[in-house]
Amino acid sequence: MVERSLTRGLLAHFIMVLGVAIVAFPLYLAFVASTHTAQEIVQAPMPLLPGGHFWETYSAALFGRDQGAGSTAPVARMMWVSFVSAMVITFGKIAISLMSAFAIVYFRFPFKGLCFWLIFVTLMLPVEVRIGPTYQVVSDLGMLNSYAGLTVPLIASATATFLFRQFFLTVPDELVEAARIDGAGPLRFFKDVLVPLSRTSIAALFVIQFIYGWNQYLWPLLATTSEDMYPVVIGIKRMIAGGDGQNEWNIVMATAILAMLPPAFVVILMQKWFVKGLVDTEK
Amino acid sequence: MASLSLRNVIKRYGHGPKANQVIHGVNAEIQDGEFIVIVGPSGCGKSTLLRMVAGLEEISGGEIDIGGRVVNDLEPAQRDIAMVFQNYALYPHMTNFENMAYGLKIAKVPKDEIRARVDKAAKILELGHLLERKPRELSGGQRQRVAMGRAIVRQPQVFLFDEPLSNLDAKLRAQTRLEIQKLHRELGITSLFVTHDQVEAMTLAQRMIVMNGGVMEQFGTPEEVYHTPASTFVASFIGSPPMNLLKNAPGGRQGTVLGIRPEHLDIADTGWELRVETVELLGAERLVYGRLQSGNGDEGVIVRIEEGAHHPQPDQILRVAPRESRLHWFDAASGKRL
Repeated sequence: MVERSLTRGLLAHFIMVLGVAIVAFPLYLAFVASTHTAQEIVQAPMPLLPGGHFWETYSAALFGRDQGAGSTAPVARMMWVSFVSAMVITFGKIAISLMSAFAIVYFRFPFKGLCFWLIFVTLMLPVEVRIGPTYQVVSDLGMLNSYAGLTVPLIASATATFLFRQFFLTVPDELVEAARIDGAGPLRFFKDVLVPLSRTSIAALFVIQFIYGWNQYLWPLLATTSEDMYPVVIGIKRMIAGGDGQNEWNIVMATAILAMLPPAFVVILMQKWFVKGLVDTEK
Repeated sequence: MASLSLRNVIKRYGHGPKANQVIHGVNAEIQDGEFIVIVGPSGCGKSTLLRMVAGLEEISGGEIDIGGRVVNDLEPAQRDIAMVFQNYALYPHMTNFENMAYGLKIAKVPKDEIRARVDKAAKILELGHLLERKPRELSGGQRQRVAMGRAIVRQPQVFLFDEPLSNLDAKLRAQTRLEIQKLHRELGITSLFVTHDQVEAMTLAQRMIVMNGGVMEQFGTPEEVYHTPASTFVASFIGSPPMNLLKNAPGGRQGTVLGIRPEHLDIADTGWELRVETVELLGAERLVYGRLQSGNGDEGVIVRIEEGAHHPQPDQILRVAPRESRLHWFDAASGKRL
């Protein structure tokens, strides 16, 4: 038995290491590329060890440079735009879904079932499907190239509403009744009891939605045309000139690494809460 | 503190001919400061009745009056009541102090008065050292005390208890029962206590309401309910082992049921003939389960005798004499006392 579990353990580790290598190698390569000059990368065997141009590349990427084949806008500004959009989307989604779940679970109102199903149906209509009409509306409202244009169309969230609905349904009825006897009105109950109880779910959603907001690609591609409103994900795309243009791959890679950092930080910092939010049943 | 009147209280779910009526016109006048227990089997409507008093269930008919004020249309918070729930219903994210203070905070009671009231309640309930903890760090009994503290600090006219002891283990239940009695003596607040446990009902109640199928079967002191049960249901529900109910008792008339409690049957030289089936020893006493041989039936009878007096064996024929003054007669059709 011991022997068998040992070989099993070895096998398991081998598979895991293999998996990590497959995932991590491109990241490593991107990092290596970002520490060389553009000329060094394009040479036939690409260098596999980090070079000595770390600071040059990253400062060029962050603060912009004079010339290049594609966009040369400073990445620092893009990171800021991405950050603001992701935060607005995240908090907007959380706030709206908390409130709509609250309405669905705790109130009786006409057409409640219909509202519920409408929210449900939007699950089948991701941004990509309704992108034409959405673009029309946003451009008619003059919201292109603005934070509002980047975020508002992405805020409504059926998934988050469902998550909170499921959570609210597990809150014991006695708690609602105790609050009624204590004299707490609906909003008071929401603010004093439900929201604090949902903390862990909110944290889990924060992680998911922040990454969702940060990684938005298709919508910002349409909604932004001016360089100072590019989120970083779009920035990467714009840096790559089409055709035979000579791309500064080192800077592109540096930007890619920079773009990966904030979501990674969010995940690392919120990991504990994230797991808690998905598995915890503290009530 | 206040009196509490239930006048022809009815609860119906749904409307029209399909409506499902679960409470059928309950009438009760409860005096200021009384401790009333509502007892009955599960599904008899006792909790529904309590929740109607609390304002958590709508009243379909009749009136509920607290301290001379009809409260039918008032929100729970305006009825001047406090409720203790079966599963405590403490807010898990608040400390015990915040739990107890929450109602007062909403009612905009000044901070130092909240502090004073909570401290006083905590002192009565011996919770002082636990106030800064969260409910989940407490044992079941302590949580129950916090829930009672939350009720006390409101200084309500009426306390409502919804099976508050059923989540506690047997020892703690007995202890908490005593604490509730003590609390009631000290505070003297009118209380309604719902339970399905007849021991709780007998020990706590000053008067008790026995309910069955949405109907109030009897409303009286524990002594009255025990010694003069109003129906066969009350007779069999209150008392353990239950009262013997004999349809074909020796000397009984057609259409009547004779009731006799196991402790009111004595082993004697004359009387009913009983074939012993099993005998249980409960320490100080024995329960003899037998079948009646005399009369025209073969009905099961339980006799409770002192441990040392006799040693009946299975299949033995005993003679038991009922005490004449302890016989109860019920109408066989309606189950009512005659």
